[in-house]
Amino acid sequence: MTTERGDQLAGVRAIGDAALLIDVRPAARHALADAIRRVDGVTDVVPGESTVLVRLRPGRDLAAVEATLRADVDIGDGNDDVLAELVEIRVRYDGVDLDDVARATKLSRNEVVAEHLRGEYVVAFMGFVPGFAYLDGLPASLQVPRLATPRVRVDAGSVAIAGSRCCIYPNATPGGWRVVGHTRETLFDPSRTPPARLACGMRVRFVEA
Amino acid sequence: MIVVERPGLRTTVQDLGRFGYAHLGVPRSGAADSFSMRLANALVGNPFNHAVLETTLAGPALRFRADAVVAVTGAPAPIAVDGEPRGFGRSFAVAAGQLLEIGRAAAGLRSYAAVAGGVDVPPVLGSRSFDTLSNLGPPPLARDMALPIGAAGLATPGLSASDAIVASVLPARPVRIVRGPALECFSDEAWHALRTGAFSVSPRSDRVGVSLRGPSIEWRRDQKSMTIGMVPGAIQVPPDGNPVVLLADHAVTGGYPVVAVVISADLPLIAQARPGTSLRFAEVTTGEAAAAWADAEALYSRI
Repeated sequence: MTTERGDQLAGVRAIGDAALLIDVRPAARHALADAIRRVDGVTDVVPGESTVLVRLRPGRDLAAVEATLRADVDIGDGNDDVLAELVEIRVRYDGVDLDDVARATKLSRNEVVAEHLRGEYVVAFMGFVPGFAYLDGLPASLQVPRLATPRVRVDAGSVAIAGSRCCIYPNATPGGWRVVGHTRETLFDPSRTPPARLACGMRVRFVEA
Repeated sequence: MIVVERPGLRTTVQDLGRFGYAHLGVPRSGAADSFSMRLANALVGNPFNHAVLETTLAGPALRFRADAVVAVTGAPAPIAVDGEPRGFGRSFAVAAGQLLEIGRAAAGLRSYAAVAGGVDVPPVLGSRSFDTLSNLGPPPLARDMALPIGAAGLATPGLSASDAIVASVLPARPVRIVRGPALECFSDEAWHALRTGAFSVSPRSDRVGVSLRGPSIEWRRDQKSMTIGMVPGAIQVPPDGNPVVLLADHAVTGGYPVVAVVISADLPLIAQARPGTSLRFAEVTTGEAAAAWADAEALYSRI
């Protein structure tokens, strides 16, 4: 399969005077982000739901940077699945919301766990706090809304679901997702390289601990 | 070495922030008003990215254990060394054993104290900034905390910046914005209200974001907003219609639509807007935003 160079950069918009927001099909986000990270003057590259944000040092000529990206960035077929590392996360299914999720989905507790284990997850994007990954791939059978009122404190390592996504809280923070279990994995440690256990594009599988 | 005798309302160590980790969810952090931070460093002969102290409304009392040269910029506040007043926006000497006190800001919100040699706490992920969102970096100042100072270069007491430069960061003029990437999420009336209305800074504002009260910025109906990477200065609008201007410690991604973005040259004005401050916005083009940044750079490079 051949891909024309630059055809992934169809929609490029300025966001403020020191960043560009590039529309991209979800499967090519991470390949595009990796290619752009190598471009001079780029400080940070942040994948979003269907975009990649390119943050620049202020004072850069955005039109010139856009031209450079169009000329130099070649992501080939841009198929993230091929590149993705698979991470296994061990979970104890003892979450405080497990019964509520079972009621809302009309499943038994065991079925909720089985469905959650069945999911093939991919890190869609990061955010909220360091090391916090938004995981796509939650089975449709488990889709429940967020809590109406977020909790003031959710424990570090909480594995939680909301809408079509799953997440793991790296630290104790406020949170509105429904907690189904816990992991002992350290999701973020600034003294490690890289500091985050998960990164955009990685595949995640949960294993019962 | 400096020993904290009184930490002030909220005083943190800040440099220009963490670069290169946003894709892992790590905020940029860094001085909320980077212009005043750079000016303070320049006045004491430091490289522009040396770590400084950022105060919030009321500053600290600091006991110096070694001779030092200091400058305070940003929000103008009374400064004293062993009770003797010192000039704002001007470098001065502090001798070993003396007490430096930075008082309550008369205007603005954040003062910046640079010490020749810089605050030499260990960096975390390449930065000495304290990130209030994720508690990364050196903890906020607390009583009896000791802060190491790095080796100073050539620092001269009595160096001063013009009053105009020192005051240029205060929100005394309209804040310039460019159109945001999600303008289609908002009605024409909402966009008009943003550019013509007067907004008041809510007390629920911090280094993560400055929350505004004023005319409601209504979404068009049935908008589905996508989560995108965010930038400092992005004006996000939650469903309640009250805009939030993102500051240094903002989360790297966000799902609320961005109606406009404050230009880089005017971010200090947002950082210096204390609760109750009245803010207005003025739309400029990206070309005008670039020119404003070039003007600011030219001003600061002459110091």
